[in-house]
Amino acid sequence: MLLTIDNLHTTFSTHRGTVHAVNGLSLSVAPGETLGIVGESGSGKSVTCYSALGLLPPTATTTGHAWFNGVDMLNCSAADRRRQLGNRIAMIFQDPMTSLNPYLRVGDQLIEPLRLHREISKPDAEARAVEALRETGIHDAERRLRQYPHEFSGGMQQRVMIAMALITEPDLLIADEPTTALDVTVQAQILALIRNLQATRDMGVVFITHDLGIVAGMCDRVAVMYAGRIVETGPTTALFKTPRHPYTVGLQQSLPANQQHGSHLYTIPGNPPDMTEQISGCPFLPRCARAATECGSASMHLEPAGKDQWTACIREQPP
Amino acid sequence: MDKIDKSTSLWSDALRRLCRNRLALFGAVFLLLIVLFSVFAPWLTQYEYFEQDLVLGAIGPCREHWFGTDTLGRDLFTRVSYGGRISLLVGACATSVSLTIGVLWGTISGYFGGHIDRVMMRIVDIMYALPFTIFVILLMVCFDDVEVRWIDPQLFTLLLLFMAIGAVEWLTMARIVRGQVLTLKQQAFIEAAVTLGLSRRRIILRHLVPNVLGPIIIYTTLTIPSVMLLEAFLSFLGLGVQPPMSSWGLLINEGADAMEEYPWMLIFPGLFLSAALFALNFLGDGLRDALDPKSTGEP
Repeated sequence: MLLTIDNLHTTFSTHRGTVHAVNGLSLSVAPGETLGIVGESGSGKSVTCYSALGLLPPTATTTGHAWFNGVDMLNCSAADRRRQLGNRIAMIFQDPMTSLNPYLRVGDQLIEPLRLHREISKPDAEARAVEALRETGIHDAERRLRQYPHEFSGGMQQRVMIAMALITEPDLLIADEPTTALDVTVQAQILALIRNLQATRDMGVVFITHDLGIVAGMCDRVAVMYAGRIVETGPTTALFKTPRHPYTVGLQQSLPANQQHGSHLYTIPGNPPDMTEQISGCPFLPRCARAATECGSASMHLEPAGKDQWTACIREQPP
Repeated sequence: MDKIDKSTSLWSDALRRLCRNRLALFGAVFLLLIVLFSVFAPWLTQYEYFEQDLVLGAIGPCREHWFGTDTLGRDLFTRVSYGGRISLLVGACATSVSLTIGVLWGTISGYFGGHIDRVMMRIVDIMYALPFTIFVILLMVCFDDVEVRWIDPQLFTLLLLFMAIGAVEWLTMARIVRGQVLTLKQQAFIEAAVTLGLSRRRIILRHLVPNVLGPIIIYTTLTIPSVMLLEAFLSFLGLGVQPPMSSWGLLINEGADAMEEYPWMLIFPGLFLSAALFALNFLGDGLRDALDPKSTGEP
C-alpha cells in the first residue's frame, strides 16, 4: 500500500467546545489507484487528508498513524515530513485563483519544489518547468513562465497548480475538490488532464469531492464519509450499483439526474450532527428512514457487505 | 536542503517598473542631489558651520552668503548643508531600526500566533503606554555619564538618538505588519507553500514578506518625516544634536523664533526639509506601485 491511514482521530479545541472532526478513520490507497472521498460539507473529507499529512494548525490534536512509503507522517519529525511533502506527496486545491503567490512569477513558483527537493540547477529546473507546463496543455510555455498569476485564467492557474504538483513526479496526489471553483467545460478538461497524467506515471490519487458524477468518472474506489467516519467503501461500480448504507442511498437519490422531471428535488431530511458532541451509536440515526432502536446503542464498524464492499450499517440493504 | 533562491525577478521587475515611473524617478534623483549636497558640505562652502561673525549679525541672502546668515553671523548655506547630514542620517538610521524590528516582530507575532503573539503584542502595548519624552530622557540621562572611549562622544549621542527614536517608531510598524500577516496566512497560497514542504523561514521570507511590502513601504515613507521632526523636537529640548552642530529641525526651530525679523532663517531649512519629504513621498509611492506585479508601471 502507498498510503495507509490507521485509526485516525482529529479534534479541534474551539471556544464552543471540542470538535470531533475525524473519528477513528482508516483507509488505504494502492499505487496507481484513485480513491474518491465523498461526503457533505463538514463531513471531514479535507480534514482527514490534512491531518494525515500533519498539516493542521496547533489547535488541532491528531492521533493515529498515517504510513506513507514506510514513514509515519503523524509521528515523525517536521523535517522528515517536509521531505515527503511537495516531493513524494503533492496536493492541488479548490481555488487556484488564490493558491499561487501573486508576487512571484509563475516560473519561479513552478520550480520551487524541484529546487527544494532535488539537486538541480536553475536552468535545468526551468527546462523541466517548460516541459511540465506543456504536459498540462499550456501553449507557449516559455513566455507563460515569465508571467504573473493574475495574467492566467482560473483554468490555466489550475493547470499551473497541477504542473507544480507533478513536477517532482510524486507517488501520491491529493486533489482537494480541484474543480469546484471552475466552470463546467474547464472542469471536464482538468479532470481529463488529471486522469491522463495519472495513467502515464502510475500515481496514486486521493480525490476529495462532493460531486458523485466526478467520482463515477474518475475513481476506482470510493469512501463515503459522514460525521468524520467512513460509512461505506468499495469499488466505484459496485458501490453505485448496490449501495448498502442509507446515507449512500440518500446521496444517490439527491442527484438531479436520478429524479423525475418536474418533481421536487430530493434532499436527505435533517441536518448533519453537531460535531462538538461525541456520538454513540450510528451518527446517521436521526436522519435515517430505516432506523431502529438498536442503531442508537450498537457501535458502528465497517463490516463486509458483498465483494470488496464494506458498510457501517447494521440494518443494511439486503443484496 | 534549504537554499533560498534570491527572488531576483521580483526586484529586477520592480526596478524596471520604477524606471518607467517619471515622478518616482524624479523623486529619486532629487533626493540623491540633496544627499550629495549634504555629504559634500565641506567642499561646497568656504565657511565652517560653527564659524561666527558677531559683527556681521544676521544679513539676508547676498553674494558672500547665498542663504544669508543667522543672528550669530554663521553662514546659513553651510549650516543647512551640514544640518542635512544629521537629518538625513537620523531619517535613514532610525527608520531602518524601526523597519527591521517592526517587520520582524510583526511577522513573527502574526505568523506563529497563539501565546507567542499574545506575549509579543502585550510588550508592544506596554511600550506604547510609556510616555515617549520621558522614555527618551531616561535613555539619554542613563547613558550620559557612560565613558565611551571607542567612539567619538558626539557620535555616541547621535547613536543614542537613533536608538531612542527607532525604539519608539517600530511599534506601529509591528502592528501594521502583524495585521497584514494575520490575513495573509489564511490565504491558500501560504497553505500551498506548506504542502510543498517549505520551511517556515522560507515561507516567511519568500512568500509572506513580499506580500506585505506595499503597506511597509507606505508606512516607511510616513515614518521618515516623523523621525526627522522627532529629532528636531528632541534637539529643541536639548536632548539631541547640540549647537553649534546643526540639523534641519534645529535650524527650523531657530528660524521660527526669528521669523519676523529674519525670515530667510526659516525659509531655507524649511524648503530643504519639505523638498526632501516630497521627493521621498513620490519615491515611496512609485516603489509601492513598482512592487505590485498587477500595476502596469504608469503612474
